[in-house]
Amino acid sequence: MSADPSVFLMGEEVGEYQGAYKISKGLLDKYGPDRVLDTPITEAGFTGIGVGAAYHGLRPIVEFMTFNFSMQAIDHIINSAAKSNYMSAGQISVPIVFRGPNGAAAGVGAQHSQCYAAWYAHVPGLKVLAPYSAEDARGLLKAAIRDPDPVVFLENELLYGESFPVSAEVLDSSFCLPIGKAKIERQGKDVTITAFSKMVGYALQAADILAKEGISAEVINLRSIRPLDRAAINASVRKTNRLVTVEEGFPQHGIGAEICMSVVEDSFAYLDAPVERIAGADVPMPYAANLERMAVPQVDDIVRAAKRACYRTVPMAATA
Amino acid sequence: MAALWLARASSQLARRAARRHPPLRRPSRHGGEPASPWLLGPAAQPPVLGSPPLPAAERAFRRGFCSVRSFAGESSAAAASDEEEPENGFAGGDQQALDFPGGKVSLVAEMNFLPESHGERISCYRVLDDDGRTISGSRFQEVSKEVALKMYSEMVTLQIMDNIFYEAQRQGRISFYLTSNGEEAINIASAAALSADDIVLPQYREPGVLLWRGFTLQEFANQCFGNNMDYGKGRQMPIHYGSNRLNYFTVSSPIATQLPQAVGAAYSLKMDKKDACAITYFGDGGTSEGDFHAALNFAAVMEAPVIFFCRNNGWAISTPTTEQFRSDGVVVRGQAYGIRGIRVDGNDALAVYSAVHAAREMAITEGRPILVEALTYRVGHHSTSDDSTKYRPVDEIEHWRTARDPISRYRKWVQGNDWWSDSEESELRNRVRKELLQAIQVAERMPKPPVTELFTDVYDQIPSNLREQEQLLRDTIMKHPSDYPTDVPV
Repeated sequence: MSADPSVFLMGEEVGEYQGAYKISKGLLDKYGPDRVLDTPITEAGFTGIGVGAAYHGLRPIVEFMTFNFSMQAIDHIINSAAKSNYMSAGQISVPIVFRGPNGAAAGVGAQHSQCYAAWYAHVPGLKVLAPYSAEDARGLLKAAIRDPDPVVFLENELLYGESFPVSAEVLDSSFCLPIGKAKIERQGKDVTITAFSKMVGYALQAADILAKEGISAEVINLRSIRPLDRAAINASVRKTNRLVTVEEGFPQHGIGAEICMSVVEDSFAYLDAPVERIAGADVPMPYAANLERMAVPQVDDIVRAAKRACYRTVPMAATA
Repeated sequence: MAALWLARASSQLARRAARRHPPLRRPSRHGGEPASPWLLGPAAQPPVLGSPPLPAAERAFRRGFCSVRSFAGESSAAAASDEEEPENGFAGGDQQALDFPGGKVSLVAEMNFLPESHGERISCYRVLDDDGRTISGSRFQEVSKEVALKMYSEMVTLQIMDNIFYEAQRQGRISFYLTSNGEEAINIASAAALSADDIVLPQYREPGVLLWRGFTLQEFANQCFGNNMDYGKGRQMPIHYGSNRLNYFTVSSPIATQLPQAVGAAYSLKMDKKDACAITYFGDGGTSEGDFHAALNFAAVMEAPVIFFCRNNGWAISTPTTEQFRSDGVVVRGQAYGIRGIRVDGNDALAVYSAVHAAREMAITEGRPILVEALTYRVGHHSTSDDSTKYRPVDEIEHWRTARDPISRYRKWVQGNDWWSDSEESELRNRVRKELLQAIQVAERMPKPPVTELFTDVYDQIPSNLREQEQLLRDTIMKHPSDYPTDVPV
């Protein structure tokens, strides 16, 4: 916002309330009500307005209190933002960012817990990013705002509260990450584990446990869901010959399905075992804590999947 | 001219405000003032819902529940109204004011529901009568002879363009077309009242605005044929025109999505302090969309300089307005959002011109949205995929096509000023027709966009996967040239 006066933020509670999750704390005081807009409760309305502002050359950041509420605005995201550059043959570009928490939080039930990565990554014309660490959040959000295409930026409510060590380079004001490049969070040689957002943390924990049992896991933080860094994923699988995809969202037509297909298309001969897919349970998220725990992947599920990929005997899943 | 409108509007508001909030020191229980200051206007009469009852033959086209409703509505309204039922719901009573979020309101001891309609329909602004003569006492924005004639010839051009492209679709030369028959005055007169910097976000029945701004017949034809000169690069169906240069946003099919977008664009103009507004067009059907509500509400809150122009042409494909909403048309909704509105005769070019001229000035100088409801009739079918004789009477269509035609009405005015003659008329029509047929021939013969254009503009920069796919496609074409059409460039 300080570098470019055409960047502005709009959403529910982003101004006076300092942001529903305090992400925009202090911005209203610093930039004023012309650049930090508290909107009425109409996702369809403010998303359409944001797209209209982007059509005319501003660079809006539209915040959804959670991506579950973006469903009320999805027509504008898909039909007004994603497709416009193509349908207008480049006459209408939409440099807009849609951001907000995505995926499961804790004890918020079905309408507050869905992961929309697969929904948005399905659409040509959108870019979809999912940060994990603080470095990701800073570098990818910068890149998203600067990008001339519409970007869906999937944050995570639980990660807002987590701290990460960062280098001096990351803290520099010019720090920016490229869109479309995954990060190898941990090198390994026996099995590749792909993940994004909160699941990266789980995958890293799983890798620690696997290391104790002699399995060296390579953890890939996808960072970019669309475009997917197929090159990095395939290069890793060609090295390890085994793949476990991890995601929090529903399994059918999910991110793991696409990753698996990419590997089958490009690196089939390199696979020594079937691709394992870890995803959320195929049910709307239940509320009760014990049921919720069983509906989302746990570290243990990732460990077992990695072992299955390595043809180790694996006990049946324990109840949560 | 606008100053007059501004003065009128603000004094009207001031009067109403004064009536609603009289001085607190005047308790009516002590006798004194009668309840009448509370009334905003004449006492409510039984509401006239919709149009007068239709003859039996036409009523057959209405759905069953519709005719029942119009009688039930009348009786329930009569039951709810007292003889002095005030329009704003404030009857005589205690003068004390209550403090609530949103401001002070006066108390009332009597329980009165606001009626569902004002009683009388909001009147319609008109300048020319059916014979093209200015109505005595009418006030309107004057136009120079040059502008008046340009307006007339563009209305004629639009009409001819519609007829010929429609025929072209029937002949199978283009896949689809959508006419603006009957709405030529709306198209051209509203465009004439705007400046070139005003941003237009159309629905799809406003090609006349583009025509006014300088889009050529060839450019229209190129888009309809989707050839390699189409600014849309063959990406969209016919009539989905767009032009950055002319500040006309590419037509997009979903209904009413352009409304909140227009508010955003207007907000952007306001932030840039431009001497320009946004204008967005939509039909009666579009006002049912959620986006209509969100856009109007938002525009009022954000104080965005946007004109909401509703073409109330009576039909949303086969849905008549009686089934679209139960309000008195669209203009009454403006007040619900805190937006100024006007109802105008959409088939009266001078009335449309004046209203948009005034609306534009208010929008920009006061930084506010304005709602314009232009009453008109959709003479043509919804599109080439529709046959409207299946759901409405042919003589109704004929009546509007002939007796209420906006073009002939305006011509009478222009000819009445000695600005136009019959010979100029036939010369114009012949010239336009010839030019259009020529443009169609040229457009039809032009090659289609090359295969590269399948893959560009998905993103700002073409991504690697699409580049690969394009290469694969080319390789396949090279390998099997006989399976690939010869008239499509690679």
